[in-house]
Amino acid sequence: MRLTDEEQATRAGTFGPLRQWAIEHQIKVGSYLGAEDFVPVGQAHIMADTESLGAAGVEWLEAWAALPVEQRQVRIPTITDPRGTDFAQASRLKQQPWMLDLERRAIAAFEALGVLMTDTCINYQTIMPPVRGEHMAYGDTGVVIYSNSVCGARSNFEGGPSALSAGLTGRTPRYGFHLDEERQATLLIETSFTPSELSDWGALGGVVGRLAGDYSQVPALVGLDRVPSSDEMKHFGAALASFGSVALFHMASITPEAMRLDDVVPTGQSLPTHEIGESDIRALQARYAKDIDTIDLVVFSAPQLSLVEMQMLAAMLDGRRADIPLLAVTSPQVKPDADRLGLTARIEAAGGTVLAGMCFYQSYAREMAEANGWQRLATNSAKLTNILGGYGYRPVLLSMERCVAAACAGGKLT
Amino acid sequence: MSAKIFYATAGMGRVVKAPALVASDGFSARYDLDRINGVFSRPEHKLAGQSYRGRVLVLDAAKGGVATAWMLHEMAARGVVPAALVLNRVNPIMVQGAALADFTMISGFDIDITKEVPSGAEVQVDPCAERPFIRVL
Repeated sequence: MRLTDEEQATRAGTFGPLRQWAIEHQIKVGSYLGAEDFVPVGQAHIMADTESLGAAGVEWLEAWAALPVEQRQVRIPTITDPRGTDFAQASRLKQQPWMLDLERRAIAAFEALGVLMTDTCINYQTIMPPVRGEHMAYGDTGVVIYSNSVCGARSNFEGGPSALSAGLTGRTPRYGFHLDEERQATLLIETSFTPSELSDWGALGGVVGRLAGDYSQVPALVGLDRVPSSDEMKHFGAALASFGSVALFHMASITPEAMRLDDVVPTGQSLPTHEIGESDIRALQARYAKDIDTIDLVVFSAPQLSLVEMQMLAAMLDGRRADIPLLAVTSPQVKPDADRLGLTARIEAAGGTVLAGMCFYQSYAREMAEANGWQRLATNSAKLTNILGGYGYRPVLLSMERCVAAACAGGKLT
Repeated sequence: MSAKIFYATAGMGRVVKAPALVASDGFSARYDLDRINGVFSRPEHKLAGQSYRGRVLVLDAAKGGVATAWMLHEMAARGVVPAALVLNRVNPIMVQGAALADFTMISGFDIDITKEVPSGAEVQVDPCAERPFIRVL
């Protein structure tokens, strides 16, 4: 990789050992992936729940956090993805003291590095949405795909170590979706179905993700009959990224880089084309629902709920009573508004639990299942459905309304 | 008799010799693994129930989210970790995770590597060679 004078000085250790490690890490990654140089980035977003970090990762962070302050602080706004707990509700989730201890240690280390503990995967709705063309180093696949596709920003999937590196150096290797040529569509999806439920938007993302299949693919959708809302885009993108490891999509005449489909289709090329209808969405959902007629809990999470989703949920629960656990997970930015507007109180009056700053699957999901006797789980998040099988759950993908109905019927699916 | 050798476009880590565990399926540490017990746990995964500890995993593509970037490091610290990853296609997360953990990985073949390496075969992975390769011994 070509390095500027400043980058060479960083590599030589002029700005301390942490920045030296960071740029070496970035050079290793950039060299593997064919980057020729670095690109400055406006923000970094770090995924670092302690289930992923483990004790080894926390100790690694703590060692860096012990450096002198001038050597350890990030140099661009650097924020965090959800943590592995909501401390106020940890006992209700039967999380263990060692989990909370690891979380506290990780938080202290990140704060020492100058990281803003935003603890959210919906920063594009709540913190500072990126601007079209702005280069970023975002973690959380849902954040990346939304920012790239809906906002027109430029980011690769940056895992925790790389996002932290970008925070420390203010740049990231220029490969993948920082490059114009990588942002062109590689397959065409013709859909005759425009979903209305968030769960169906997620299922559509899941179907497209399976067709796309890997990080280099950029699907372009045609045939949607309206502009999706931010929450619909959120569920579609999160599922597409989860099922397919996809980081960018286009929607013809909707997303900013595809105002004309021709803008994202390479000149003179005929793209592989797939047709998707409602039956494909139902087939994906049916596969999860097979042989399940009762559930143990309902979870709304992944991505965290917006204020609008919190309002929808509160309205559905008014006058009803959930008699199995119903967890609604939102961001620390949305939660105070939900409290102030009475939404939290309405959800909790109906037996639900509102959690903030965490995400269900990032919060020791396997251990929570064992401690609480949870296995069969209903959610309206296709992303969560895709993830939880590996943690021993049997997830079912339903609309928010059907999830609420099941929670209020002792877990029986209707 | 000459050993079969397959060249990759990129590699990192050190030379490894170990038995291969092969499937035409993806890889994500969060989505697919019970990392405590060292087995594939995702029921739909073609290696469900099989131990990955000390094996060279030969798989199709990197899948899933960003957690693998930390998890390879955590798995290596506990010693419950594959010996190496050999993938047809990577995503950045797998590269970032391998870089942090100093983990052996090669990727990018002109054939489908999962169809060429027999599961259970002893293999050598050399990511440092001028052309990184996997050799069936």
